[in-house]
Amino acid sequence: MPRTEFSPSISSRPVYGALTSHGASPAIMLAEGPGAEALIELAGRDASVMDRAHVIFVPAGTGFGDTLRALNPKLYHEAPSMAAASERFTKALTDALMGTRLYLAGTEGLIGQASAQALAVGFPAGAIQSEHRGSIARLMQCVHCKGMTDNVTTDPFICSHCGLTLFVRDHFSRRLGAFQGVCVDAETPGIIPETQEIQP
Amino acid sequence: MTIQFNDETFRDDYTFFNTPQGIRRFPFPFDQDSYMYSVNLEPHDKGPEGTPFNVRFDVDEHYVSEMRDRDITLTEDPLRCQSLPHMELAGWDLLELIMTSKAKDYPDLFELHQDGDRWHWINKPLEIEQRFTFLDPTTLPCGPMEYITRQAQGDFALLDQREGNLWMDAGMVTSQADWSLDFDIGMNFLEWHAPVPGQAHDAKVFERALKFLLNLQQGAPTRRLNWTMTVNPRLDTSPENYHKWGPEKRTVTPDNVGEKQYLRVELQTLWRLPRSNAVAFPIRCYLLSLEDIVTVPKWGRRLHRVLRDLPDELAEYKGFTVNRPMIVDYLAQFDDGAETSPGIFPD
Amino acid sequence: MSSQMLRVTEISSLSPLVKLFRFEHPDGTSLPLFSGGAHVVVEMPDGELLRRNAYSLVSDPLEGAGYEIAVRREDTGRGGSLYMHSKVAVGDMLRVSMPLNLFSLDLRARKHVLIAGGIGITPFLSQLKQILRLQVPFELHYAARSSAEAAGLGLLPDLPQVHVHISDQGNRMDLGAILSGQPVGTHVYTCGPEGLIASVDDTAARLGWPESALHSEAFLAPPPGAPFDVTIASTGQKITVGPHQSLLEALEAAQVDIDWSCRGGACGRCETEVSSCHGRIEHHDHWLSDDEKSAQQKIMPCVSRFVGQEITIDR
Repeated sequence: MPRTEFSPSISSRPVYGALTSHGASPAIMLAEGPGAEALIELAGRDASVMDRAHVIFVPAGTGFGDTLRALNPKLYHEAPSMAAASERFTKALTDALMGTRLYLAGTEGLIGQASAQALAVGFPAGAIQSEHRGSIARLMQCVHCKGMTDNVTTDPFICSHCGLTLFVRDHFSRRLGAFQGVCVDAETPGIIPETQEIQP
Repeated sequence: MTIQFNDETFRDDYTFFNTPQGIRRFPFPFDQDSYMYSVNLEPHDKGPEGTPFNVRFDVDEHYVSEMRDRDITLTEDPLRCQSLPHMELAGWDLLELIMTSKAKDYPDLFELHQDGDRWHWINKPLEIEQRFTFLDPTTLPCGPMEYITRQAQGDFALLDQREGNLWMDAGMVTSQADWSLDFDIGMNFLEWHAPVPGQAHDAKVFERALKFLLNLQQGAPTRRLNWTMTVNPRLDTSPENYHKWGPEKRTVTPDNVGEKQYLRVELQTLWRLPRSNAVAFPIRCYLLSLEDIVTVPKWGRRLHRVLRDLPDELAEYKGFTVNRPMIVDYLAQFDDGAETSPGIFPD
Repeated sequence: MSSQMLRVTEISSLSPLVKLFRFEHPDGTSLPLFSGGAHVVVEMPDGELLRRNAYSLVSDPLEGAGYEIAVRREDTGRGGSLYMHSKVAVGDMLRVSMPLNLFSLDLRARKHVLIAGGIGITPFLSQLKQILRLQVPFELHYAARSSAEAAGLGLLPDLPQVHVHISDQGNRMDLGAILSGQPVGTHVYTCGPEGLIASVDDTAARLGWPESALHSEAFLAPPPGAPFDVTIASTGQKITVGPHQSLLEALEAAQVDIDWSCRGGACGRCETEVSSCHGRIEHHDHWLSDDEKSAQQKIMPCVSRFVGQEITIDR
């Protein structure tokens, strides 16, 4: 799947580019599903990027594992899910030295959560790169109950925790790694606008 | 200066009221008959005696009840007060600023006795007495920012200055106009203003404001006025509770609009803090109903003209589109077309 | 820029070229506290000239009893340091500004690495006091040509984290080694000659450090140059900027209203629009972007100059 292009929005909405290589700098790479293609293409542009790379890959039903492994990164680990990979990822970040680069590829949910984890352990924002691949579904935080609802593709949507119907905002919190969802019928309880597909 | 404190509520039965003095000293935000979003910063220096512009941290008749309302909000939702770990020093700076200012401006109400770093604070209206060691968090019942902002009206944001930007890394936010501290904490100046309409077009306005604030010096605070409209004198108009207060918007009728519709004004001040180099950003909220506003003829005329002519996008952002026709019709009764004097103060 | 008259209560030699000056309030009242890395601007009434120089505070940020600065005598400079060394005596009163910090610590840092060259040690002296209170890991690397010149030596704590590199003893600072092996969340601060700052930037970039983790302060003095004329747009007045005078100083001498803060091309406070320009603006600041510099519609009067037929500024 090609890199996603998002339309311009408010300044708190994250912008994703294409991954650029920092050569053989130590690197931590995290990808999910079609995000693997971004890493494969990156290595295609500069093979040395894998020399000191610690790659963590969540296949999510795709078959990119073998290709990634064949790029010969210094360390390669496949995990069944982001949740399962989380502690390993955090440890890699905490043990990293300055000069280490973080490459993230996948959905906004993965990028947002992984970035938030990295920033929380003091990883500098300037050393984090991300490329969006795959579904444009969003990770949303319900401003009312604070619960997170993943894989949101429609606007409005129902909070998977408290059941309120929320509209999708472009306002994004880097700290939480999620977009904000706000009750859509607060002023007019029960009157809900037509559901639309979220567009990039 | 003794103040008679109201016993009133800002939710449920809404017994909030303004005395004639409260009305007279209200910081009416419009200095002319039309409104345009602007930076409008001026030194937080002096102002007419008895107004909020003449003291550092204004204490008024609503003080005791407001602090009670804050406590209710915090008990229900502790996430309204958060401080990222590196902001503790800024919290102490803020505590010092508020305590010394209040003790100086209201010596009948507050006392601060300092013996080196052993401080003794007396807050008479809230019946609080606290001995503690400055900079030692183990000597206060909670973090310094939370401790002092539970005794100061208005919301507070503490902004960390780094990377040529300001970052909202701590705050006490229980009377906000519809933004979430829990969501916005950690954002920088441009990011937390992202939802303001026109930011994309008026990027220069925000950049100039940021540059000015980055150069803010100790001892030279600055201030500006902001405004929105609220139905009922409710302080907690947070996005968190939007589904609770949102329905109240549509309970306004032509008969009750004067009583239920409020102009909500924020007196925002900005202070450079010494030890942390952070910027303190108090946002002090004042509420006045339309029927009280029109008792000042100049304000009645002016508010009518401002709200009648406001661009739709701004009315939407200020949150009163749905009641706008009723509001404008009500105010029209008090606008005889006469000229209004420049400036915000009553004639 | 607010300021107050303070008394010089102590002058001592830290090295053959560097003197320490201590200021206290004449009434003994406490001075405003500050944060590590802050500086003050000292006014020096030198006959007809009113000089204003920025000096880093070397004293404890939480100590309000007095401010201390260290001034290196520059014999080929514009005269400010010479004035301080030869004309100021204990008991004198000088106007000193409120502290201002353009070189503060990043309080989120898990570790601070401080790199000082020569007189660049000064801002780190106040920063060190703050770091020690924060109780976070740090390293200080202080490079000087000789022990005699290492003016800061006497003021540094005797701690294993403090490394002194005296080049005439064969001990050179190895930036590659310093910048390798630092844990994530480390911030680096450099103060000293422009060459040192450039070397740190280059080495760090080579080792993959992001710019946001690097901080520097250059002690920029307004560079001298050929005299030039400037027209003030609001009055039509034409003023001449002397060879050793900055445009900011010329404007101040001509009583033109202009805001300033750092006086060293870093903070942007004195940014001035250029209404018309036939010639070339010589930008010496770190404030304007490259695009702004080539557009020639803005100038930083504190450090920049002009060569050409005519320039009118929006004042």
